[in-house]
Amino acid sequence: MSDVSALIGAVAEGRTRVEEAGLAGMITLRGDLSSSKLVAAVTGLAGVEMPGQREIKAGDDKAIAWMSRDELLIMVPHEEADGAVATLSAALAGEHATVANVSDARALFRVEGPHAREVLAKLVPVDLHPESFRAGEMRRTRMAQVPAAIWQSGEDQFSVICFRSVAQYVFDLLALSAKDGSEVGYF
Amino acid sequence: MLILECPCCGVMADETELAPGGEAHLKRYGPGSSDEDFEGYLFHRANPKGVHFERWRHANGCGKWFLAARCTNTLEVFATYSAQTPEPPQHVIDAIRAKRPDWSIEA
Repeated sequence: MSDVSALIGAVAEGRTRVEEAGLAGMITLRGDLSSSKLVAAVTGLAGVEMPGQREIKAGDDKAIAWMSRDELLIMVPHEEADGAVATLSAALAGEHATVANVSDARALFRVEGPHAREVLAKLVPVDLHPESFRAGEMRRTRMAQVPAAIWQSGEDQFSVICFRSVAQYVFDLLALSAKDGSEVGYF
Repeated sequence: MLILECPCCGVMADETELAPGGEAHLKRYGPGSSDEDFEGYLFHRANPKGVHFERWRHANGCGKWFLAARCTNTLEVFATYSAQTPEPPQHVIDAIRAKRPDWSIEA
């Protein structure tokens, strides 16, 4: 696994702060999400409940996100990712499922500040009104030109996952969208 | 702007989140079929002005294929439904007939 994150913790300061969140462990699991063996293995590892459609269940340092009807994203501390893959693979032996450590393929960003919701709303074709998009929803979408997944990870904080190859592009997008003086004040 | 509800993840997906896949419910003709059938499968499309069944993929979302019944003339969407459906299901046909009483599936 890479020992540096995509942008080595790049930060754009401002009233809304954009930060590349550094190394994060991410595991993609594909399989039958209704299988009790799979559910037990995943929830046992992450220590949170199984997410329903488009949900993300987050604990202190681990999370499970529903990515599609046969795919989960499991987030763990970076140094635990390889071990978690081994644990899951062993627990799912005999199941029709695949487990892959995708930590090196992704970049994770945090957008934090009073206008964080609006920073994302400028970039994605999603209704981000607080009544439509709430904490606990994982939304995969398109951010300008590239695929991204977003969720609300704190009161004034949103998280964004994108492919590592487009990390600089996404950081520049977020930083421009968050630039001081560009607030719309819609929400 | 076309907005389709993805039946896999339930998102009201903007057209820019989707990838088009052409006409739905085509019968595939492969090796051993006649030249006419193979030509029809490859090239001949209904291309109607009106009710059309289409394949779409929620490419920048859950990644799944689904089918949509919509009007190519007005962009009205009648229904979206599972891609694992060999022909339009009755509830989709009913939804179309409710808006287009004269429509028939052969048209």
